[in-house]
Amino acid sequence: MELNEFTLKEQLDGLRDSSFSSTELTQDYLKRIKAKDPSINSYITVTEELALKQAKKADDRYNKGQALALDGIPIAHKDIFCTEDVLTTCGSKMLSNFKAPYSSTVVSKLFDEGVVMLGKTNMDEFAMGSSNETSFFGEVKNPWNLDYVPGGSSGGSAACVSARLASAATATDTGGSIRQPAALCGLTGIKPTYGRVSRYGMIAFASSLDQGGVLTRTAEDAAILLASMSGHDPKDSTSLNIEVPNYTEEIGNNISGLKIGLPKEFFNQEIPDHVRKSTEEAIEVYKDLGAEIEEISFPNIDLSLPVYYVLAPAECSANLSRYDGVRYGYRCEEPKNLEDLYMRTRDEGFGPEVKRRILIGTYALSAGYYDAYYLKAQKCRRLIANDFTEAFKSVDVILSPTTPGTSFKAGEKINDPIDMYLQDIFTIPANLAGLPGISFPCGNHNGLPLGLQLVGNSLEEGKLLSAAHHFQTVTNWHKELPEF
Amino acid sequence: MSNINQWEAVIGLEIHVQLSTNSKLFSGASTNFGASPNTQACNVDLAMPGVLPVLNEEVLKMAIKLGIALNANINSPTIFARKNYFYPDSPKGYQISQMDKPIVEDGFLDIELEDGSVKRIGVTRAHLEEDAGKSLHEDFEGQSGIDLNRAGTPLIEIVSEPEISTPEEAVAYLKSIHSIIRYLNISDGNMAEGSMRCDANVSVRKVGETELGTRTETKNVNSFRFVEKAIHYEISRQINEIESGNTITQETRLYDSQKNTTRPMRSKEFANDYRYFPEPDLLPVILEEDFINSVKKLMPELPNEKKIRFTEFYKLSKYDSSLLAADKDLADFFEEVVQESNSPKISANWIMGEFLAEINKENLDINKSKVSSKQLGVLIRRIEDSTISGKIAKEVFEKMWESSKDADEIISNQGLKQVTDVSEIEKMVKKVIKNNPDQLKKYHSGKDRLFGFFVGQVMKESQGKANPAQVNQILKDKLKKEPIL
Amino acid sequence: MSLSDKELKEIAYLARINIDENNFPALKGELDQILGLFEKLNLVNTDGIEAMSHPLDLSQPTRKDEVTEINQREKMQESAPLVQSGLFLVPKVIEGEN
Repeated sequence: MELNEFTLKEQLDGLRDSSFSSTELTQDYLKRIKAKDPSINSYITVTEELALKQAKKADDRYNKGQALALDGIPIAHKDIFCTEDVLTTCGSKMLSNFKAPYSSTVVSKLFDEGVVMLGKTNMDEFAMGSSNETSFFGEVKNPWNLDYVPGGSSGGSAACVSARLASAATATDTGGSIRQPAALCGLTGIKPTYGRVSRYGMIAFASSLDQGGVLTRTAEDAAILLASMSGHDPKDSTSLNIEVPNYTEEIGNNISGLKIGLPKEFFNQEIPDHVRKSTEEAIEVYKDLGAEIEEISFPNIDLSLPVYYVLAPAECSANLSRYDGVRYGYRCEEPKNLEDLYMRTRDEGFGPEVKRRILIGTYALSAGYYDAYYLKAQKCRRLIANDFTEAFKSVDVILSPTTPGTSFKAGEKINDPIDMYLQDIFTIPANLAGLPGISFPCGNHNGLPLGLQLVGNSLEEGKLLSAAHHFQTVTNWHKELPEF
Repeated sequence: MSNINQWEAVIGLEIHVQLSTNSKLFSGASTNFGASPNTQACNVDLAMPGVLPVLNEEVLKMAIKLGIALNANINSPTIFARKNYFYPDSPKGYQISQMDKPIVEDGFLDIELEDGSVKRIGVTRAHLEEDAGKSLHEDFEGQSGIDLNRAGTPLIEIVSEPEISTPEEAVAYLKSIHSIIRYLNISDGNMAEGSMRCDANVSVRKVGETELGTRTETKNVNSFRFVEKAIHYEISRQINEIESGNTITQETRLYDSQKNTTRPMRSKEFANDYRYFPEPDLLPVILEEDFINSVKKLMPELPNEKKIRFTEFYKLSKYDSSLLAADKDLADFFEEVVQESNSPKISANWIMGEFLAEINKENLDINKSKVSSKQLGVLIRRIEDSTISGKIAKEVFEKMWESSKDADEIISNQGLKQVTDVSEIEKMVKKVIKNNPDQLKKYHSGKDRLFGFFVGQVMKESQGKANPAQVNQILKDKLKKEPIL
Repeated sequence: MSLSDKELKEIAYLARINIDENNFPALKGELDQILGLFEKLNLVNTDGIEAMSHPLDLSQPTRKDEVTEINQREKMQESAPLVQSGLFLVPKVIEGEN
């Protein structure tokens, strides 16, 4: 068995009992990245020198018996997290030459626990997309089938972990960008409660929806990493000042009696048979584990997509105003005057999807439309959040398919924005309400994985991880890896 | 302009006050003035990708103090909003400001007009926002250089109701605000340096009309005097335009202090759609009662209150009280002097006269005065207890200023004690009368004005030290009794 | 809901993004599609519903008024497109907001 085939937990155990060193593990990944990544393009930057340096330090600490919690584990960071002195591009031409002058809290926290950074992963430009086809650095391919997309916007992180080019990868989720790629690549992906993970240094797309999380091979791995990533950060005003539970302990909690809600509006939709089938099979698994199933209603759920596509573009239109060619990043050639500097820099620096969203967002906030769009959407958001509050009065978690189908072919949806946006119909509601959601493998159709989603109440990551973990103790979907 | 009485002006002022905190509104960078370009602009101020704002607590305290001083409501929660516009000195492409629920709302300020009457001007709101950076236009061919040291410095914008009617009222209101912010120690209010900036919204209408005319906004007025002149010019300009059959364009205008005119600023009209929306990176700010009350306790006595107290307690004139109370340091100085001298009226005169003359001559801070309040108080006591005359005291004060020595030391060293001994004065009077027979003859023949001559001679004889009142009395006496020789 | 050419030009200017005249029709079509999504919002009654700006129902924390950042100008300007004498250079600005 190759070292990269082990789960993160197994690698940690191996490092701790000196079965192998971090340097060996890291070199294993670096070699594999060189060989395999060109065919999937999951990395934008590989930080080989840094990784080996970090691995050596980790090994030194292991030898001295002073190992840190995650010492020597090689992971990748989505290129949306600022990493000091390392290229941080956000998948965009706008930042293609940008070396961040500081590190994000997520990156710092994980470094403090001894992780080794293999590199920065590819992503949809500025986190806008569901297929990783909008990156300035080229598409990412799904390791399960190179003609298919890995999902997005954290496509690079997902492909990389699925292809065993990192033990795990950090990622972000604004409308489903962790959970959807997790589903399409056969991984476990968790988006925590809004405010659980610091957003400082996490390049902003939609501030009230963005959350940092992780893509791993198992729920147990996710629990380990999430514990280290989470916590209060005074540099982020929206960061929760609440203690982080011991997730690795909590995953062992018994789920007998867990009340699982099935939103009837989700299941009344037109879902492909294979999705319906794998979801129903998963429900049976949970019944066998002692969970109770209950039908619930989300009367306002069909507002999710319009609400999201008003609010996210609105916030992003302001968040992306700083990209103007003045202080960092791309600048157009020979600007004639200030207007020209702005207009051409932004036209040339941003891709079409980003520009579309900025324009929509600008429109939704403009005089005359603010009330009808932005304000209206914020009110409808409240309605959706209220639906969740109501649901959690009677259930513990809410179950649904993660996506309306398996992965799709590259090029299939890229020219149809609405079709692309429909990828996120099951994932968006959790972002709007700020609630945690997890996706994990529950099936396979024509060689492509399927994901199951659980959404929990505020700060119930432990419950979600536990539910996923128990599912993984009695099923093998998560153990399947692409032949790659 | 023969028709001027048909018209009235409607004026509203927007005053931006730079708050004197150590660090910026949303970052921990320094706000010190005069640093080398971009050395006080951290990643947050530079709007680096991924940065987030964190609120400075001192700013809340300052805003609350201001709100209390303006008799306003303190809103809780108070909300921050993004004001979107592109300009190189605004790095994020939006300014974090406040729209709905500003921290201070619905207040008022009572200003004293020249005729002594009091007018109440409503304060619509005062809200927090971050300052922009600076653009430098010289030294770079065809380019401008952007310095973001100032970007992120906390500002509070005070917006008045359009209830000001004349340029003079505008200045009175502005001076009142200036006085308050210095009293509260939340800003040094220096218009020349830009820590207090004033924009004037001006419109005109026929007297009796209730609808407002189209208003213009005039910027770039950086002194009290220019505010008055700019508003004056703008009112005249608008009246002229309307009387010539033109309409007023709603626009922003810049004041040119050299020419004393205003001219329109160039900008695209719809470009002013700021697309305000609540700042998602900041949560609503809840201001608890306890917090507000603790700030209230730290409030100093305000200028208006002090003015009233000076008038009632020290029995000073309204004018004197006004002047002394306008500046907190000056007011404190005055009270310290009175504590020593026990003579409020004389102390007031001395401070407004000799003392301020020296301060202004050398452009000093009151705290850097070369004569302390105690020293001045003692000097005044020496006048009151007749140790020296008022005239001599002026000499003594000058010497005190130069040497920083106490009054008593100078008086004794220079032998400046007043002569109050009656026999001594009589001697001098007799001598002067004897030496001036012609003047005496003229005086007795009716030239009463010559009395002053004799007084002068006696003072000269005494080297200014004779008590003037006694000299007067004794002279009158002796001039009558002397027989014609 | 359909965008007029004029509206598109205006929002493109507000967003400072240059749009090639040739791309107008295609872009308008794409945007109109997205705007079509918004129709659903108009059908909902939201009287008396409070807008939700944050998922968190909390109060803004504050920090002490202390200088915590040191001068890092060189590092911060490493990725700057055009810098001289410590200043960021842009084409000459004539008049502006402030």
